[in-house]
Amino acid sequence: MKSILLQPTVLNSEFPDTADASRASRAALPKRSSLTRRDFLKTTALTSGGLVIGFTLPMGNKMANAQQPPKANTAPNAFLRIAKDGAVTVQVKHLEFGQGVMTSLPMLVAEELDCDWTKIRAELAPANPAYAHVNFGMQMTGGSSSVNNSWMQMRTVGATARAMLVSAAAKQWKVTPEQCRTENGFVIGPAKQRAPFGALAEAANKLPVPDIVMLKDAKNFKIIGKPTRRVDAPAKVNGTAQFGIDITAKTVPNLHVAVIKRPPAFGATVKKFNADKVNGIPGVTHVVQIANGVAVVAKTFWAAKTGCDALVVEWNMEDASKASTVDMRQSYRELAAKPGLPSERVSNGDALKAAAKTVNAEFEVPYLAHAPMEPLNCTVRFSQDGDKPGCEIWSGTQFQTVDQGAAARVAGLKPEQVKINTMIAGGGFGRRANLASDYIVEAVEIAKQAKVPVKTIWTREDDIKGGYYRSMFVHRVSVGLDSADKIAGWNHTIVGQSIMIGSPFEGFAVKNGIDSTSTEGVTDTPYEIPNMNVTLHTTKTGVPVLWWRSVGHTHTAFVMESMMDDLAKAAGKDPVEFRRGYLAKQPRVLNVLNTAAEKSGWGSALPAGRARGVAVHESFGSVCAHVAEVSVEKGQIKVHRVTSAFDCGLAVNPLTIKAQVESAVVFGLSAALYGNITLKDGVVEQSNFHDYPVLRMGEMPTISVHIMETGAALPTGVGEPGTPPIAPAVANAVFALTGKRLRTMPFNLDEAAKAV
Amino acid sequence: MPITFQLNGKKQTLDVAPDMPLLWAIRDFVGLTGTKYGCGMALCGACTVQVNGEPVRACVTPVNSIAGKSVTTIEAMVETKVGKVVRDAWIEAQVPQCGYCQSGQIMSATALLVKNKKPTDSDIDSAMAGNICRCGTYNMIRGAIKDAAQKLA
Repeated sequence: MKSILLQPTVLNSEFPDTADASRASRAALPKRSSLTRRDFLKTTALTSGGLVIGFTLPMGNKMANAQQPPKANTAPNAFLRIAKDGAVTVQVKHLEFGQGVMTSLPMLVAEELDCDWTKIRAELAPANPAYAHVNFGMQMTGGSSSVNNSWMQMRTVGATARAMLVSAAAKQWKVTPEQCRTENGFVIGPAKQRAPFGALAEAANKLPVPDIVMLKDAKNFKIIGKPTRRVDAPAKVNGTAQFGIDITAKTVPNLHVAVIKRPPAFGATVKKFNADKVNGIPGVTHVVQIANGVAVVAKTFWAAKTGCDALVVEWNMEDASKASTVDMRQSYRELAAKPGLPSERVSNGDALKAAAKTVNAEFEVPYLAHAPMEPLNCTVRFSQDGDKPGCEIWSGTQFQTVDQGAAARVAGLKPEQVKINTMIAGGGFGRRANLASDYIVEAVEIAKQAKVPVKTIWTREDDIKGGYYRSMFVHRVSVGLDSADKIAGWNHTIVGQSIMIGSPFEGFAVKNGIDSTSTEGVTDTPYEIPNMNVTLHTTKTGVPVLWWRSVGHTHTAFVMESMMDDLAKAAGKDPVEFRRGYLAKQPRVLNVLNTAAEKSGWGSALPAGRARGVAVHESFGSVCAHVAEVSVEKGQIKVHRVTSAFDCGLAVNPLTIKAQVESAVVFGLSAALYGNITLKDGVVEQSNFHDYPVLRMGEMPTISVHIMETGAALPTGVGEPGTPPIAPAVANAVFALTGKRLRTMPFNLDEAAKAV
Repeated sequence: MPITFQLNGKKQTLDVAPDMPLLWAIRDFVGLTGTKYGCGMALCGACTVQVNGEPVRACVTPVNSIAGKSVTTIEAMVETKVGKVVRDAWIEAQVPQCGYCQSGQIMSATALLVKNKKPTDSDIDSAMAGNICRCGTYNMIRGAIKDAAQKLA
């Protein structure tokens, strides 16, 4: 998702600033016209006498072309349940796939509720319009925006419940609510009466929902900002955490498993198939043709897999992609030599003609698979309750609203007849937010034809070969320095596929033919660069592409920060000092850069054979800088140490934030050192972790993460912004060490030597 | 022909295809889902179990090869003396993110600690080399293993 949408101003414009220290400890959230449409819902359907708080905030119309959310299911859209025993259950509207939302969102609720944190339980919310992303208007997880968009919403949920509990206690004690306070799960009265929340929940549930609630001033936060342990950790260390792939017949009786024989090249279709050798395999029950292949359905995975291997399919190759990486590389580089479509950042491209020095460079990044540890999977059960048809889905998805609509179309049902149970996911990195709902749709197709409940599982080979990659890109950059070694002009041409063109998001992300996710990180660079001229060639290849942890920033940060390093060299300046010269109006970026430099010991001596490199990048409303310390051993790059500075605004849970920055570094290092999906005659050449390697324990650098303390009032993105600057930090360190400039990912020192 | 082995201390008899990997026998027939599928080629370690105390990739271990042997999965491992310490160290270090690989990580780590009371960094690197974590929790894992080793000493 484009980072501009995640700017805190989105929330600021609708809500008062809660960090104003001059206010009372709780600031009133005034009733505003935009909030009158708030649809409160109270229901006791899920509890026996507890308090249930659920409501939807107005979504605005920020995504005019996104599909309309379906009507509400009959399921209650409760965000919060307080049971008689005091257990506080928060429905988490975003997918938990490692980033820690099952902890951070309940923290927001618990802060305002003043409950006992140990009583908090977290559940992932099913698909329902009530759980729509506040800024995007549909239920989804992406753009490093889960905490940012939930910031006011979840706090308001907690404050609303608290106000109702206080009112219930006041009524009971015949005092005014103002005479009562709350602490750690109790309402405390003026005569030191104490009532636990659980005991008040039933009475509170009978009271009207207040229109105005009080939110805490930030200086009184007890939970927000404190390192808080993950609520999902215990189940993840004893084998009991249930991922989508773990759905069994205990949950879905008569569950079958499907494995799909997929086309050998993108765009190929089934001509005919022969299942003679499949039907005799014990456990195989069905062979069904679907839009993207032929599925073997069986009682177990192994039978389905064995059947799939024995299946003979003849493919229609007429419309299949014949893309080859070698050819694409050449054609992309040819395109990059010519100006493309003007972006929103255009200027006088001739400014370079007067330059004293010019630095020219070409960069290339390959297709990348997301390769989450849990292979894609989706369980589907059709039902018929009297005359009411239904379809129930279990899957780890980042895109419930889109998936619900897509599943309904394939199932021949209305969206509200499709129930999606969101399962915790074993990673995702963008792959589970699929614009075509590919892995959901095919599972529905299979279950519909087989007429039994089916769990469709992707093999790792399906995953690596299955497309929806980070797009391959080539950048060509020419930068002129004037006689004082200042940047005089910057010509930049980008070549690659668009994620957004042709998608439901085209209207909001594509302007004048420019997909902002192809240029983000260049056109909006924080560096003060005169005469910057950015153009884009959007290619079509038949290879499906998708967002991949940090989207466009995956390649733009690499290019921008490698160039800044080259320019520092050309200007004869220290890389940190050179960058500072272009950040005078960007105190936030400057502070992050300076902190990373200082904490890393930038400029201090290193053992022989080691060097440091730096990179800083802004994305998803946050700023991250890394200093990487590297050596080259037997021709291999070894990253020893990474020092990170990170500004994500108000840091809600420092523990998970540090973990996410480390995670983002490792993810980016895997791409920088290894990640490479290549094609030959339309066929993907990699298939599993042997030829699509990722970082392992022994290659792990030590990482120290410094979270900036800025006093910011709002949280910004966390999951993604740590990834973009790591590849250029390593490349810049290798340059400092060897003089070899790595401009192609994955890094290859031999190739770089030839280029020099 | 039915295959009999010890699974988590109990006798288990399965009548399945002899070449079926142990992973799928455990998941689809016994219904223990803590052991994960990640690659099917012994490349990622998500499926790691212990057979007679040795870490084994269940995704490539034919079920007939473990007849008469003793298999331990994550569900029982965390109830053992070493397993409990490792599990607690994992929580203490807040290791898991998505958590999908952690069963396999813990199975490899416990196998190491049962044999090696004082693992060095290089011991840890080699014992854990077969376990991939896409979330990048490796440093937390290393810390947890060292912490567990101290507690077991």
